[in-house]
Amino acid sequence: MAKLSGLGGRLYSGETSFNIVEKRKRWYSISALFILASIAALVVQGLHLGIEFKGGASYTLNKPAVTVEQARAAVANIGIEGEVIVQKIGTTKVRIQTGAVSPAQSQAIETALTSTFGVSAESIDTQLVGPSWGKEITKKALYGLIAFLLAVMLFLAMAFEPKMAIAAIIAVVHDVFITVGIYALVGFDVTPATVIGFLTILGYSLYDTVVVFDKVRENTKSVAANSKMTYSQAANLAVNQTLVRSANTSIIALLPVGSILFVGAGLLGAGTLKDLSLALFIGLAVGTYSSVFIAPPFLAQLREKEPAMQALAKRVSARGGAPVATEMKAARPSTGSGPRNQPKRKGRK
Amino acid sequence: MSTPTKPVKTTGRPLRALAILAALIVGLLATALIQGATSVRLGLDLRGGTSVTLQPRASNDSNKITSEAIDQAVSIIRQRVNSLGVAESEVTAQGSGTNRQIVISVPGDSGRRVVDLVGQTAELRFRQVLAESSALGGSNASAATPAAGVSPEINAKFAALDCTNPASLQGTGADAPTDVIVACSRTGSSKYILGPAEVLGRQVSKATAGIDQQGASAWYVLLTFNGEGTKAFGNITARVTSLASPQNQVAIVLDGLVVSAPVIREAIPSGNAQITGSFTQVEAQDLANVLKYGALPLAFDRGEVQQVSPTLGADQLHAGLLAGALGLGLVLIFSLLYYRALGLVTVGSLAIAGSILYLLFLVLGKNIGFTLTLAGIAGAIVSIGITADSFIVFFERIRDEAREGRSLRSAVESGWARARRTIIVADMVSILAAVLLYFFAVGGVRGFAFTLGLTTLIDLLVVFIFTKPIVTVIAQMNFFASGHSLSGFSAKSIGKSHPVTALEA
Repeated sequence: MAKLSGLGGRLYSGETSFNIVEKRKRWYSISALFILASIAALVVQGLHLGIEFKGGASYTLNKPAVTVEQARAAVANIGIEGEVIVQKIGTTKVRIQTGAVSPAQSQAIETALTSTFGVSAESIDTQLVGPSWGKEITKKALYGLIAFLLAVMLFLAMAFEPKMAIAAIIAVVHDVFITVGIYALVGFDVTPATVIGFLTILGYSLYDTVVVFDKVRENTKSVAANSKMTYSQAANLAVNQTLVRSANTSIIALLPVGSILFVGAGLLGAGTLKDLSLALFIGLAVGTYSSVFIAPPFLAQLREKEPAMQALAKRVSARGGAPVATEMKAARPSTGSGPRNQPKRKGRK
Repeated sequence: MSTPTKPVKTTGRPLRALAILAALIVGLLATALIQGATSVRLGLDLRGGTSVTLQPRASNDSNKITSEAIDQAVSIIRQRVNSLGVAESEVTAQGSGTNRQIVISVPGDSGRRVVDLVGQTAELRFRQVLAESSALGGSNASAATPAAGVSPEINAKFAALDCTNPASLQGTGADAPTDVIVACSRTGSSKYILGPAEVLGRQVSKATAGIDQQGASAWYVLLTFNGEGTKAFGNITARVTSLASPQNQVAIVLDGLVVSAPVIREAIPSGNAQITGSFTQVEAQDLANVLKYGALPLAFDRGEVQQVSPTLGADQLHAGLLAGALGLGLVLIFSLLYYRALGLVTVGSLAIAGSILYLLFLVLGKNIGFTLTLAGIAGAIVSIGITADSFIVFFERIRDEAREGRSLRSAVESGWARARRTIIVADMVSILAAVLLYFFAVGGVRGFAFTLGLTTLIDLLVVFIFTKPIVTVIAQMNFFASGHSLSGFSAKSIGKSHPVTALEA
């Protein structure tokens, strides 16, 4: 812990610095690889949608002695169309999932279960989803997603700058894409809880990116006037300065999510908690990566295209293009209070 | 060096902020106690029960899906559910405008009945019986004499209809009012050919079950029509009463099934009718309810039916609470290890945020019917991370300022000025997400969004009126200001060559 703190100090001063922004091609390649794998997984395997999206019925029996075979046999004669999935959940439960059934068929299934296994109808956990319902909630989730991305873009463009908004959204799309890809690849069930997880990832990933960008903006505010470092170098310093915070935040966010996952998967076996936390767990990891390795380099790339920033890069390289840390130390020799390597804050705010 | 009482900058009026916080908590507590809100209202997934989501069905006849129609349907279904006498059942519309769903939630074991009852969501229609037969399909096709005006196709359909097959008793909303249709009785004991609808459910103004005092337990149903209905019912009764059986019967059809098909003894032009028969009390009341509340202005599809047994509900509640406790514990341990004594501020802030959230759950449960669902618990647990992050942003900023050589007290003020903006912008994104999720999503996602938004607001509040003031106060304590090795501000832990001193820069 103390080591990490010490590292925080060195990262802040620029003594230790990772060339994150400069080595963007490496990060882009890694992400491109993941995204290609995601597309491949989506095309080849597709997402494993839960009954909430495609319509269907699910019955969960809470009786330890019942085996998968017994449960399958009990409902075999009802004439349900399509595949019937019977699985053991935890040690005490058996879940039967079917495609869309009519109310009469549903009644028949319940009657079969209650009479075969001697349980009351009320003790069976039932879920019936109409076929059109899934389309409806999918549509709503998509509308919500689009509205959210637009609103956030607008908000960030106003609070920060338009190019930051673009870079942040690129990072978010990247996160969702890879998370969905992992879901397709591994074949996890996608349920409404998973969608909640995905949507939360958007929030988290943006939140993380916002904190990094806030520092980038502060460091680059007067970068053109000072001619001490290029936009990319200033952005890189900001990423390094917020690295400890990013790491801490991710740990602190993953701790509760990890406990939901542990409890949800370990104790309940299946359901809302597990689905939600699994999506969060994967998404948070990807989101932390993108807020450090994707969003800032992309932003720097966008900004470096501006004539003013290109002119700045020329001026800086004319001055020798020395590494950031050395440059900063040379610029502020022994003020007696340790290295100051960021432009002073303006008086207000 | 300034005196301890003099704030470094004008932003610090720590005691006043803490007093406001105390007043807020006491106020919430008092509200909860006065209103008698002593426990959080739990959602059905945490205590067991049944919920049904109904989706308005776009129909081809004149019934357009309008906002008023949905409101009306909600109140009719609410009356129906309430007539069952199940405590704490709820009927609400979710979504906005015409794009809304009706969600019916019934706690406990009685959900079955409700699902069956609200399953009858379609329109009530009165149709003349053209032919009647016992239920068996196929074999006795010739039993019913084809009525005038009934096409051979309908007769063939009638012959093929097997009312002993459960599939025939599902009911369909597809009985177009102007068509001649074939239908089963609700019990599956008879089948009918029925003429076009002549009176509609919405033309019934009143229906009650009553008992004839003279005859022993002779239950009947009294029916009153509105102006339009009186005229239409007068016409149909006048026409059919002189016809031969079964054409002197008028069938009451709900959702494509015949609820009752009384013989019309006389023309009824008054708009008041009495249906008698060998009803039991329950049958009479059910029929009255169907007549009274059956007149939904819209047809609905069952979007989702979910039944959670009380056992699973209790399991999910325990799992949610356990996950929350575990997550909170781990976050606290991490804060203390990393930030040392400063971590205590995190512990205190999370405790304050937690108490405010709990009190709000109580008060909101009482006042706006907020119920805590599993997704809501998950939202709260996830927000532990967001809340704790605000402290990290703040603390790291203070350390950054201290690294620049500022005294702790001055580092707190200038660090706060910068961290404040970051926290506000980042929390705004979270709130934006929560609000949009709430308005676009349905069901569980809404519960999640609500808790997430609420906890983010609480986070802002706590950071402003608890965490910041407390840090300002402790920055004046020698333990922290001198950079004690356990304070979280030691030279070693912030990576600075010389210890923080209380000297002004």
